[in-house]
Amino acid sequence: MQFQSPLSVEDAVAFLADDQNARILSGGTDLLVRLRLGHIAPSKIVDIKKIKGMRSITREDGGFRIGAAVSGAEMNENHDLYLAWPGVVEAAGLIGSTQIQGRATIVGNLCNAGPAADSVPALVAASATARIAGPSGVRDVLVQDIPIAPGQTSLKIGELVTSIFLPAQPVNGSDAYLRFIPRTEMDIAVVGCGVSLKLDSAGTVVQARVALGAVAPTVLLVENAAEILIGTQLDDDALNALAEASSSVANPIDDKRGTIAFRKDVSGVLTCRAAKIAYSRAKGTVK
Amino acid sequence: MPKDEFTPRTFSVVGTRPLRPDGIDKVTGRARYGADISAPGMLTGMVLRSPHAHARICSIDTSVAAAMPGVKAVITRADFPVHPKNNGTADVLDNCMADKKALYDGHAVAAVAASSRRAALDALATIKVVYEVLPHVLDVDEAMKLDAPILHKGRKQEGVPADVSDNVLTRTEYGHGDPEIGFQMADLVIERQFKTAATHQGYIEPHSCLATLGSDGQGDLWVCTQGHYMARNTCAEILGLDSGCLRVTPSEIGGGFGGKTTVFLEPTALLLSQKSGRPVKMTMTREEVFRASGPTASTSIDIKIGMTKDGTITAAKGDYRYQNGAYEAMNGTLGAMTGFAPYNLDHVKTVGWDVVTNRPKAAAYRAPGAPMAAFAVESVIDELAHKLGLDPIDVRLKNAAREGTKSAYGPTYPAIGLEATLKAAKSHPHWSAPLGENQGRGVACGFWFNFGGDTCVSLMVNPDGTVSLSEGNPDIGGSRAAMSMMAAEELGIPMERIRTIIADTAALGQNEVTDGSRVTFAVGLATIKAARHAIQIMVERAAMTWGIEPEAVEWVDGAAQPAGPNAGKHPPMSLAEIAAIASNTGGPISGHFEVNAEGAGVSFGTHIADTEVDPETGAVKIIRYTVFQDAGKAVHPSFVEGQLQGGAVQGIGWALNEEYIYGKDGTLQNAGFLDYRIPVASDLPMIDTAILEIPNPGHPYGVRGVGETGIVPPLAAVANSVSRAAGVRMTSLPMSPPKVLAALKKM
Amino acid sequence: MSQIHVKTIINGDASEFLCAADETLLDVLRDRLDLTGSKEGCASGDCGACSVTMDGRLVCACLVLGAEADGAEITTIEGMATGENLHPLQQAFLDHAALQCGICTPGFLVAAKSLLERNPDPTEEETRYWLAGNLCRCTGYDKIVRAVLDAAKIMRETA
Repeated sequence: MQFQSPLSVEDAVAFLADDQNARILSGGTDLLVRLRLGHIAPSKIVDIKKIKGMRSITREDGGFRIGAAVSGAEMNENHDLYLAWPGVVEAAGLIGSTQIQGRATIVGNLCNAGPAADSVPALVAASATARIAGPSGVRDVLVQDIPIAPGQTSLKIGELVTSIFLPAQPVNGSDAYLRFIPRTEMDIAVVGCGVSLKLDSAGTVVQARVALGAVAPTVLLVENAAEILIGTQLDDDALNALAEASSSVANPIDDKRGTIAFRKDVSGVLTCRAAKIAYSRAKGTVK
Repeated sequence: MPKDEFTPRTFSVVGTRPLRPDGIDKVTGRARYGADISAPGMLTGMVLRSPHAHARICSIDTSVAAAMPGVKAVITRADFPVHPKNNGTADVLDNCMADKKALYDGHAVAAVAASSRRAALDALATIKVVYEVLPHVLDVDEAMKLDAPILHKGRKQEGVPADVSDNVLTRTEYGHGDPEIGFQMADLVIERQFKTAATHQGYIEPHSCLATLGSDGQGDLWVCTQGHYMARNTCAEILGLDSGCLRVTPSEIGGGFGGKTTVFLEPTALLLSQKSGRPVKMTMTREEVFRASGPTASTSIDIKIGMTKDGTITAAKGDYRYQNGAYEAMNGTLGAMTGFAPYNLDHVKTVGWDVVTNRPKAAAYRAPGAPMAAFAVESVIDELAHKLGLDPIDVRLKNAAREGTKSAYGPTYPAIGLEATLKAAKSHPHWSAPLGENQGRGVACGFWFNFGGDTCVSLMVNPDGTVSLSEGNPDIGGSRAAMSMMAAEELGIPMERIRTIIADTAALGQNEVTDGSRVTFAVGLATIKAARHAIQIMVERAAMTWGIEPEAVEWVDGAAQPAGPNAGKHPPMSLAEIAAIASNTGGPISGHFEVNAEGAGVSFGTHIADTEVDPETGAVKIIRYTVFQDAGKAVHPSFVEGQLQGGAVQGIGWALNEEYIYGKDGTLQNAGFLDYRIPVASDLPMIDTAILEIPNPGHPYGVRGVGETGIVPPLAAVANSVSRAAGVRMTSLPMSPPKVLAALKKM
Repeated sequence: MSQIHVKTIINGDASEFLCAADETLLDVLRDRLDLTGSKEGCASGDCGACSVTMDGRLVCACLVLGAEADGAEITTIEGMATGENLHPLQQAFLDHAALQCGICTPGFLVAAKSLLERNPDPTEEETRYWLAGNLCRCTGYDKIVRAVLDAAKIMRETA
């Protein structure tokens, strides 16, 4: 097995394009586990952390461009990012322990394409986009279009995600992410829910996006969440309808982490709780 | 007689909190655990394991592996020279390396020794095993049915009826009186069935050893173990060696809790070493630890208890069905003995069943068999108290066993501390603290026998007046410090002048494993006696120096002095002074003591747990926890507190989230710390402790073992707490959120 | 597979080694450099017994490739004491009997040191959440948390 540390995106693309059995290394917190268990046997590991810009968080068009090697810990230390997108930052901060946080990246979390990835529902609710570099150039894709099945992304051979872009947070807008785990830390999400809301100056919802993780093969957008929440101030009827919508959209399996019934129930519960937090943040009553 | 050992006294060292002597090594990373050693020319050993829960092994072809570069030895069961006559040892061997059948997912079928981990892995991948997959059984009740897949033929023992399968190896019965009469006298009778899942001790250090065995049968083994004598004797028996030719050195041990009281890798490592002519190091991966070391039994328990309106238990019955994995064990028997042990009962009958299933061979986990039994019994007592409107502690006090009570498992109790723990719990602020919404409080008692066993201690007085103490029990909780303290107490010299080491098997006689909460009791007793032996010799040397009779000399504050004015005027001779002239007064001075210790006092604990249940998700949070336990005499109170806290948290994990999860194909689904969920620091509050001291008559200082009792009450305390918080009786462990939510929804 | 030449600084000392591409930093520390203070409890980042810092960041050494250490500064448990002087955290662990078997202790000490460098006055809750990635099976965490909070206090007072 070879180990390469390219210094440019072009070199990284070249290493990946000519070897179908190459793997990208960013934080490594998923890759190294699979390597040690013998689930993968790559011919080449391409470490992208030395590429210029991979470890930066930069302002762009009022939003944030997060390099593919930025760790969860670094995201949590960026005050401006937290103020704009607290849900995304919290979600990134929930991936594993403090030690994992020191290495894990949201890009790795996304591209590992685990159904329970913590960062993905929040990114999808935020309408985040991924910038992809490959043999045929650079393209931007909505984060929700990256995972296509457990362990599989829509990326083609030779492509890698170089950054995630979070759009500008509108005034009176905010987000939240909650997950359910049996302990208080260290577990893979049994259900994850990201909510992004924009309010008008009277506190009425004008835009809403709700995404669920760990309840389907890939992240799920709760399509009629916007319809249910827009025009309301999250009264009980709206919340009950939202919970109902979440539970019915959820399409989970029974596994060692939860049952179908449990996951459907908790989808509804978490969606309401996350919506309330996003709402309070958007109103400015909670920072 | 062992029971008359105790004499009350004031202590100067025992009961204080000195720093532990091995502490600096452990906080600097210098301490050497099982995997922290290497030897010149060392090979890496690895095991090939069955992917099937139950299968006949038709053939194993290792020819390709044996020819691969870097591979120096390949073995299967056919290479083991001896078939042990003892059933127990034969089972251990079969577990270390399968013979005709693989009995569980993870069962070892072959092993290689190679020049690197990579070479060993590549070699394992080429070994061709032809399996005939057989139907498997995992659940205890299913395994008892006559049509269940059978693991072993002809191991059913006397007393097991014909209407249960050959997987049922033993059936034992305890009790006295006639419960049917007792139930007639009750105002309320509750009958419930309980289930608990298998759990693992969860020690952070995987099994590891470094073995060297020559063709002449001389060998050395470095291993993390709770019993290096056990390791020596078992490996010698399995490999047909003289035990005296195998020298076993225990490393520091990174947790055991009973899971390292047997061998898994060691015979294989020794045999690989002999065949390759090189030292062989073997370390389990975390996945192997879960799949192929020794989890607990899982259980199915029926309890029936009758109680009068004023809280008196009139009758009690228990049927305890335990599966022990693929081989014989006595967890069900121990459950049947311990469940009702805290109570004074006229009519009690318990039956314990020990059953085999296609799971790894069960090993002890602190008080084996007892926590599950306590969960069941204490839950029914709680339900009775609740329904009769009685205080749960008062009910237990009313029925509590005392000195002179005939226990439910047979013996009559001497002085015991159960009542003291209950009274302490009742008067503790925790018991009367207010509870918030969705919160509940549970209380439970627990019992453990504690053991003595074979023990040898040698205490050497060095020429400079320091003391070297050799004992034979790996230190899993700070026992070296406790031994130095007890020796210091007897000798009257500062603890810092005494160094306690764990000697290897060549240096002392047989020592029982570090288990049964025996070390502070038995090794402590032997240390005290060895010190007294050394004192006797030093007294004689002083007497000789002064030209008086030894009877006229006494030992006070670390020195020999004349016993009275008639003995003459001689200034005291300190230990150091006597030591300095030892060669001239008869030779080097040492004391020793060898015994099969009896008189280990039983110990009782009472726990109070407060939990909060999230009614929308079933998540349970521990809000507050207090442990009350009788230690007899706490030699080092910080270490005793540590045992109580550790046992409580293990029990909390067992109650809430830990379980072995199997797929339909009988393979283990959660063989790692990600999905085998032990408590993490953020899951818990501080664990408060109260140590009671009711002296054990069998030990000179009154010491009782404390290590195991702490895990017996928490399953029940937490279950009682959650049941009250949720408003529904929980009868199945673990009480993971899906189960709690489902129970809440059923209401 | 051919070996990779790595240059790094470990506990302040320049260190050079060869390693295979799939060897982790933990493998290198323990098997090539004889720094056995960092322990392997799981090899999957779930137990924290292999905690080290890399360029000041708390990480699991089992989740870093040896090759990734090139040009980085690593600190391990072996670098915590200064000569014969223990770090206040090490002393606090001894004073509070915050270890029983001690296997998790190096990981906890490295992790706690990292916490106090970032947050010299953590609450009990902050301490517990920071240390959630370090498993202990012996102590129930009580004395560990007390030791960390006590060391934090001592370090603030002597700063």
